[in-house]
Amino acid sequence: MKSMFVIRILRIVFVFLVSFLSLILAQEGLEVPGDFIEEDTLINILAPTEIKAFDTPNDAGENITIQWRAPKDEASIITGYEIYRSEDKYRGYEIVGFVGKGTLEFKNRTKDGIEYYYKLRAKASDGKCSPFSEISKGAVSRPQFFHTGRINALVAIVVFLCLLLYFVSTAKKGKSLFIRRIAGLDALDDAVGRATEMGKPILYVPGLSSMSDVATIASINILGPVAKKVAEYESTILVPNRNPIVMTVARQVVKESFLEAGRPDAFNEDMVFFLTDSQFGYAAAVDGIMMREKPATNLFLGMFWAESLLLAETGNMTGAIQIAGTDAVSQLPFFVVACDYTIIGEELYAASAYLSRTPMLVGSLKAQDMGKAIIIIVIVLSFILSIVNTGFLLSTHITNSFLSTIIEFFQNMFNV
Amino acid sequence: MRRKIPLTIAFIFGIVMIIQFFIPHPVSRDFYQTILDWIVIVFAFTYILAVTSLIRMHKGKIKHKKQGWGFSYITIISLAVTAVIGVVGGAFQPTQITTWLFGRFNLQIEQSTILMLIYTYVQIPMGATMFSLLAFFIASAAFRAFKARNLTAILLLLTAFIVMLGRVPIGMLITRRLPEIFQLSNIVEWILKYPNMAAQRGILIGVGLGMIATALKIILGVERGYLGGGD
Repeated sequence: MKSMFVIRILRIVFVFLVSFLSLILAQEGLEVPGDFIEEDTLINILAPTEIKAFDTPNDAGENITIQWRAPKDEASIITGYEIYRSEDKYRGYEIVGFVGKGTLEFKNRTKDGIEYYYKLRAKASDGKCSPFSEISKGAVSRPQFFHTGRINALVAIVVFLCLLLYFVSTAKKGKSLFIRRIAGLDALDDAVGRATEMGKPILYVPGLSSMSDVATIASINILGPVAKKVAEYESTILVPNRNPIVMTVARQVVKESFLEAGRPDAFNEDMVFFLTDSQFGYAAAVDGIMMREKPATNLFLGMFWAESLLLAETGNMTGAIQIAGTDAVSQLPFFVVACDYTIIGEELYAASAYLSRTPMLVGSLKAQDMGKAIIIIVIVLSFILSIVNTGFLLSTHITNSFLSTIIEFFQNMFNV
Repeated sequence: MRRKIPLTIAFIFGIVMIIQFFIPHPVSRDFYQTILDWIVIVFAFTYILAVTSLIRMHKGKIKHKKQGWGFSYITIISLAVTAVIGVVGGAFQPTQITTWLFGRFNLQIEQSTILMLIYTYVQIPMGATMFSLLAFFIASAAFRAFKARNLTAILLLLTAFIVMLGRVPIGMLITRRLPEIFQLSNIVEWILKYPNMAAQRGILIGVGLGMIATALKIILGVERGYLGGGD
């Protein structure tokens, strides 16, 4: 009887002590994730594991990436994950985001220089949650000074720059370099001559894109020699524009060309004019010019979209000789069908070198060819390596990482 | 000197922008944003030149009574009316005048401003009209292109025929009893995925290199065509 009484007293003391300790722990905020079970906690879903938090690489700071591994039963009833964050490892966690099922990464906006801790839990469709995951190690976000993911681009630029400088210096020394014939560019002379003989203007469309498009720059590079020839032949050129900046540059280029040809008096500012920045409005206006003015030669050089065939087909109907050039692969078939000559892709960029035959520019073409040769070699090598992928060679980590680097390089370079 | 200054500007900004591309730091990002802001500002000012050019051209047409000079009146009046409506009535958000006007006539329209009304019910239909002409132009261009003049033209014609037939339900219906690899939809898929894609990638590699070469040539001052004068 006495022993029973002592046991009861001990029980009461034990319960009292446990309650007291729990109260202290609660006040201190010492909660142990995983053991912490709320009323809405569904204990038959496992918590996400292997939670990692780290500074997001190659960014401007203020960002931490959190990654985790899904619980095994993710596919069944989980709808997503709740991500909690705190600056203190043991307390003050607040929800900072929710991601859907299947997503195992979350990027959280932070303040630089502050250490953050993360934990998360899975949420079921009925609103109940799994226990919390373990707490991640502390992560601090910082801005980076170099984008390591762009090393491949840097290597490509350096290699290409070296090739460019080498071939330009070779060309400067007077070594003759061969350029294959480009029919579309050869025809430019005849086209300008034809317009002069017919006493009709030449229509030059520098594409519909802005000056930040390399195709537009290439087009402007061709406009210079064409305008010079027009000035020499005492003919007329019409340059309708969609972009005001392109118009300003084109006007200056034409003016300089007339000046260089010794015919500044023949230059008229209205030769280069603005139409509209509306895509189809521009196409309609150029079509109108072609139907009214009936230019003897139409040159469509630069960047084009859906309006390419509207322009080329109308020009074809007027009976003009047409030369088109673009790097927009999807528009090339339309130009091939409706124009007399088509300058395809890279030929557009080679045009200024081809027309001027300046040794330095011709040298740069050789550098381009060498760059292509390197790419072809790498493609062939990659092809061979991918064939022997099942063999012992590619079972090694080194070869696999080499291949993935090459693939990544091309993906980044060509945005595939 | 007239050439050296633009070449120096192109060189400095070209190199700085290349370096900027490799630095994700906020300073680099802010610099890039500033450059973009400047582009917008310059672009806005070039519109003054553009509108001046447009008005000058149409004024000349009216003055010399060139063919279709009547349309020049429409262009200038439309330009002026749209500009006034945009400035007075607001572009995206209604001004007090628009609100008062809508309230006065008890107008309930889905567009918030009169300018948006013009854009939705005038400019978009006109653009769509031009775009729809493309269907007829494609037909006439295809008719010319698919003449079997020589072997390559015959190959082109055959390929086009297969692709077009394979893209419509009747093509699939015709070949539905054949083994899967001979069904038109699969043949079309193969043509687009392999020979067509291979040719496109070849062009794209050349274009990529051409772009890099042109950019580097401009930065290094090798390419000076954009300054005018022909070389």
